[in-house]
Amino acid sequence: MADTERILEARGLYATFPRKGGSAPRATHYCAGCGHGILHKLIGEALADLGLQDRAVFISPVGCTVFGYYYFDCGNIQAAHGRAPAVGTGMRRVLPHAVIVCYQGDGDLASIGMNQTFQAANRGEGMAVLFVNNAVYGMTGGQMAPTSLLGQRTVTSPRGRDPANDGYPVHACEIINQLQAPVYIERCSLADAARVQKARQAVRKALRIQAENKGYAFVEFLSPCPTNMRSDSAATTAFLIEEMEKEFPLACFRDRSREAVPRTSPQPCFDRAALDALFSEGAAAATPAPTARGVLRVKVAGFGGQGVLSLGLMLARAATQAGCTATWFPSYGPEQRGGTANCSVVIADGPIGSPVVSTTDVLLALNRPSLERFVGDVVPGGKVFYDATVGDVTLPDSLEATAVPAFELATACSAAKAANTAMLGAVAACGLAGIPRDTFRAVVGHSFAGKPAVQVLNQRVFDAACDWIDTHPRRQDAAGR
Amino acid sequence: MSALRLPYPEICELECKACGRCVAACPKGVLRLSEGFNPRGYHYAEYGGEGCIGCGRCFYTCPEPYTLRIHLPARDKAAKKAEA
Repeated sequence: MADTERILEARGLYATFPRKGGSAPRATHYCAGCGHGILHKLIGEALADLGLQDRAVFISPVGCTVFGYYYFDCGNIQAAHGRAPAVGTGMRRVLPHAVIVCYQGDGDLASIGMNQTFQAANRGEGMAVLFVNNAVYGMTGGQMAPTSLLGQRTVTSPRGRDPANDGYPVHACEIINQLQAPVYIERCSLADAARVQKARQAVRKALRIQAENKGYAFVEFLSPCPTNMRSDSAATTAFLIEEMEKEFPLACFRDRSREAVPRTSPQPCFDRAALDALFSEGAAAATPAPTARGVLRVKVAGFGGQGVLSLGLMLARAATQAGCTATWFPSYGPEQRGGTANCSVVIADGPIGSPVVSTTDVLLALNRPSLERFVGDVVPGGKVFYDATVGDVTLPDSLEATAVPAFELATACSAAKAANTAMLGAVAACGLAGIPRDTFRAVVGHSFAGKPAVQVLNQRVFDAACDWIDTHPRRQDAAGR
Repeated sequence: MSALRLPYPEICELECKACGRCVAACPKGVLRLSEGFNPRGYHYAEYGGEGCIGCGRCFYTCPEPYTLRIHLPARDKAAKKAEA
């Protein structure tokens, strides 16, 4: 039987479409007469015929085909609205052998995604962009789209699209055709069977260009949306042929697929050694500090202008100088001088997963609001250093808290702005991650290397803070640490 | 033997949404929408029983992937493909 009969049937698609559910598991979720199902068949068939299912990454848009991954039997990603070109670019560069199919509607591509589309086309990214133009926003209920015709009535242009108010229909193919890089640009239609045959050839050409790694292909499909046209298939077909084609003439704008030279893309390397070479600044970073155990999470907080961020930077620098790994992650308040600021510093003896600090081992608070805001995040047994100007405060017994007269010490050294350095000195004297006190002091010197006078003042403040810690017995926690 | 066999469309009534595109596309006018309903409430497409030439237009214009399958008898001249 197989020898005597051939069956023309859909290929490249999943056997069932569970998205819709219900009594017909092999029916699509699309409306009757919708162009998406037609194009899905053409794409699936081309992927199967060209042997591309294992290479293809189908990028679903936002719109009615947001569930494209329920249909195409290949790799699938669903991208944010209009962002298929960015997702496709990333995929293509990570997987140079991949065949990228960006399936986008007019609301997706010609509106929110126009710039990304334009830029990807200008770069000549290796992707087939299949642009479905039905002249309305379909999924959301038939609102005016960038491609709606002049005079076209939609739910958001009830008197017809008026160019004085709404501008003119966007001609995507013509825009792309201004660029040098694209290899293939064509506008097709899914209006009737004859046009579907031409569309079928265009799909195959666009995908063949991808299979041969020849560059960017852009195909627009005028597509029926009977539901939002408030009409049936016959009337929608007539609308496509008699009205849409006047505004959007069917044409092959460019076909350089024959002469285009297959491109060779570098194979990116993601093995561990390559990444370490890329991210580590030298052998020192790979050597764990013998004294740092695990991960130490530090939060530094105060008013903007108190040197909160630079205090965090000095901590992180000292940690790396001592052979630890460290991250410094600032959090600015609103763009206002005097607002609150804080930064997170993570110090570890190995790679750091996240620079974000939510639970804190050591808190440095330069004012009362910062202390009150962050002290609840400090783990039991954690250390809290706060400026003595905070005044009377009741802190949990589980914390090892030290009121450091940082402003007083800095002012006594004629360096009122150096309270942050005083706080650093206090932390250094108490010990942090086993980092030697001299390492902190060297970092202070390094931080102000360009300003010798300030450098001397800050080192004096640092020393004064260390002396203060050494001469003042601190409150001990229950464990006697 | 094969000379007696003719192409014909196989229609899955359940999945048909009665958009009528296949009826409009058929150059021989041998497809129609049924008088009756399928279980989902549509006047599904049906084949008159003879006259199909196996051109495949109904298949490609149908928005439902699995509603239509076209049975094409093998020909001696294998070079002639339906997709050509």
